[in-house]
Amino acid sequence: MVLLPEENAEKKVGLKFSPKMLELLSKYSEIELEDVEMEIGDLEIWLQPSVTGVQVPRVAPPVKVKPSELLKTEFHRSLRQYPGSIVEVRLGATRAEGGTRGNVVIIGGEKVPPFYLSEGMMPHAPIISLDVFDTEIKLAKAVRMHVEEVLGDPAEWARLCVEKFGADMVNLHLVSIDPLIKDTPPAAAAKIVEKVLQAVDVPLTIGGCGDPQKDLKVFEKVAEVTHGERILFNSVTLDMDVKKTAEVIRKFGHATIAFTSMDMNRARELNRKLYEYLPREDIVIDTTTAALGYGLDYAFSIMERTRLAALMGDNELQHPMASGTTNAWAAREAWMSLAPEWGPRELRGPMWESVTALTLLLTGVDYFMMMHPAAVKTVRDVTAQLTSTPKEDHGNPTSWVTLRI
Amino acid sequence: MATKELSPIDVYALLPKTNCKLCGEENCMAFATKIVNRVVELELCKPLLEKQYAQSLLKLEEMLRPPVREITLGTGERAVAIGGKLVMYRHQFVYFNPTAIAVEIGDEAPADEIEHRITAVESLSYDYIGQKLKLDLIALRCTSNDARKFGTVAKQVSDRTRLPVILCSLNPDILEAALVVMGKARPLLYAATSENWKEIAELALMYSCPVAASGEGDLDVLNSLASTLMEYGVEDIVLDPGTLPGERIGQTLDNFTMLRRAACEEGNKVLAFPLMGTPISVWSQRREVPEVAKWEEAYLTSALITRYADLLIIHSLDGWVILPNLVWRQNLYTDPRKPVAVDPVLKAFGKPDQASPLLCTTNFALTYYTVASDIEAAGISCYLLVVDTEGISVESAVAGRKLTADKVAESIRTFKASEKVSHRAMIIPGRAARLSGEIEEATGWKVMVGPVDSSGIPKFLQEKWKS
Repeated sequence: MVLLPEENAEKKVGLKFSPKMLELLSKYSEIELEDVEMEIGDLEIWLQPSVTGVQVPRVAPPVKVKPSELLKTEFHRSLRQYPGSIVEVRLGATRAEGGTRGNVVIIGGEKVPPFYLSEGMMPHAPIISLDVFDTEIKLAKAVRMHVEEVLGDPAEWARLCVEKFGADMVNLHLVSIDPLIKDTPPAAAAKIVEKVLQAVDVPLTIGGCGDPQKDLKVFEKVAEVTHGERILFNSVTLDMDVKKTAEVIRKFGHATIAFTSMDMNRARELNRKLYEYLPREDIVIDTTTAALGYGLDYAFSIMERTRLAALMGDNELQHPMASGTTNAWAAREAWMSLAPEWGPRELRGPMWESVTALTLLLTGVDYFMMMHPAAVKTVRDVTAQLTSTPKEDHGNPTSWVTLRI
Repeated sequence: MATKELSPIDVYALLPKTNCKLCGEENCMAFATKIVNRVVELELCKPLLEKQYAQSLLKLEEMLRPPVREITLGTGERAVAIGGKLVMYRHQFVYFNPTAIAVEIGDEAPADEIEHRITAVESLSYDYIGQKLKLDLIALRCTSNDARKFGTVAKQVSDRTRLPVILCSLNPDILEAALVVMGKARPLLYAATSENWKEIAELALMYSCPVAASGEGDLDVLNSLASTLMEYGVEDIVLDPGTLPGERIGQTLDNFTMLRRAACEEGNKVLAFPLMGTPISVWSQRREVPEVAKWEEAYLTSALITRYADLLIIHSLDGWVILPNLVWRQNLYTDPRKPVAVDPVLKAFGKPDQASPLLCTTNFALTYYTVASDIEAAGISCYLLVVDTEGISVESAVAGRKLTADKVAESIRTFKASEKVSHRAMIIPGRAARLSGEIEEATGWKVMVGPVDSSGIPKFLQEKWKS
């Protein structure tokens, strides 16, 4: 097979191939090159006869010539610049800073999409905050077995989370303040918070019950007695008195989660309201986490869009993202006994929480509120792996082919 | 042109503009809109298939070609299409062709083990929102390094199942031994590398099979392989950037991400192929307890489903490893443009009688399944009236007038609720509280405002429902 329509066409027109071109062409085994003069020259002349004014025969119609050697090419990563970046939010305060915490944590600060390692790393590893409830609540069996002994004792529960499960923070839910549960008054709720503050020295998140009026009353009291601790309040919502809530958080030097229900416009709206009273560095956003199987796709797309929009310059969304990952346990596949082929719920449940968490980790979540120790460990391990600098050795990605398992 | 920028006008300009309605649409513009939204295929336009429009057809096909090629593995009913991706991010459009999941079988496994694994892959099925979630393929690995053995097992497998097969060996002679017995079944050949690519390419051409290319972790090599294979005449290529667990997981995900960006956002034609990952790689590390490897394989699978894998090979068959991934794959591949809806219905839970409570909710799938799971979890016997709110959640449906007193009244009539219960009281969602007066008026039923969150239903019924 020949590439050129006329024998020795190159010779006739006195064209010369560059050595590089020859090397490339020599990889096509079927091309005969014996008669080609190997002197200086340039293929471009050959390709653009009009430039030289020499009439060169047209290249034959593309008869596919099989390469005989690997055509070496390179993959060029197309890297981008992002006009926006995420604000850093600092949580907790040490004695030197007016609090009593052993350490502070910082979340946010991203300048590139999550784990686009070619473009950059996350400046701060995501934080895992473990849920503690101030009253006995219904828990999935797989979760309950790990906290059985501390149920109803939030201080001990918090201690267990930090000392045994490695919590970066404790996420105390004041469920009992709910008028429909125990209606615990603000002063009594503040006492619970103080006990937990004494039991552990990690930064705290304080959650309300979801009743907009009652939460505000309790937050006012808690914010006051924890003055200087830089608590993260969970959360301020559009149906609360945003002005009052924000002002009390500002007054006592705390921070807050701005919670909205799966709607980017509402997230922007709430942030706009908050900006009137709070610096951006006091706000973490939570656009709602639905369980795997129960709307995780919505949560995923909204968080992914939110983070990309923020990096592309949307300055109403440039906040660290929080996820109530414990919601994973709302899925029946997490807590229910299913047919034996779906495995024990003791493994399926924490895997459900792990997959929910890791999926959202890949959207850029900075702050996880979690429950099961195995899921917590998984997120911690994967986060460490994702942010580690690997050894030079590439490993062998095809070794699995012949592996005897 | 990026798919997301494609406008119906661009398509319309190339259509015959006969407004013949043969495609079932009112006019060519309506057809063009559906084409752009990928809800119909070009072939429906009969005039376009005429000779005079051949050029237009070519241009349209080119314009509509997905940045990631669609490749079919296997043949017949269980054939699996992978790739065909139009966009990088789910919110930009919709992902087509859910990540296909292959379960491996080693050629040295005992016969009963092979049978067991095939049966499991074929039969594992989970009912979820009216769908059956299943595994897709078998990956047959040559661990024996014996071509005859591999050929024999390939024959066994292909006689036994219609599932598509991935033949895994880096040795072309071994692959050929299997192709001799199942070459017509369009297995995926794994893999062409910088060492063996030529022989593998020859096999692919001879047997018309798709080929996986492995750069063995090096994307330059992968790029070289893809361009060389294309040049060689191989059209159906699957790219394996390499899946390395542990501290290389970040690099692995970054590679997948950058490759998908090149195809979907940079118009790269060399890398415009489906991507495959191998969570099975976690088994390369020896572990005391297999559960640790299974655990790692489970979450690595989910991360690769999220980060652009079109095909995966796994080892574990444990339900707790598979189920979260089948569910996540289903979720990720739903159409983000439309809310997921369930059919409006009057659904019975437990063993309801004439005195059982009647609750009401919307047909937004997420709302419905959350309410249903709360009811089921508490073991309550009751009726649930699922009102057609066009798949919108309660709060939004009330605000957007998709859930109204008239709609509730209509549902009560349609599903003959008055025949199911003797009382005339219904419980509406807490978030629909402001409709209570109107609903009482429109239906004549007594309305009780239920909890804001369906998790409060059991408590609510316990305290408020006196039958």
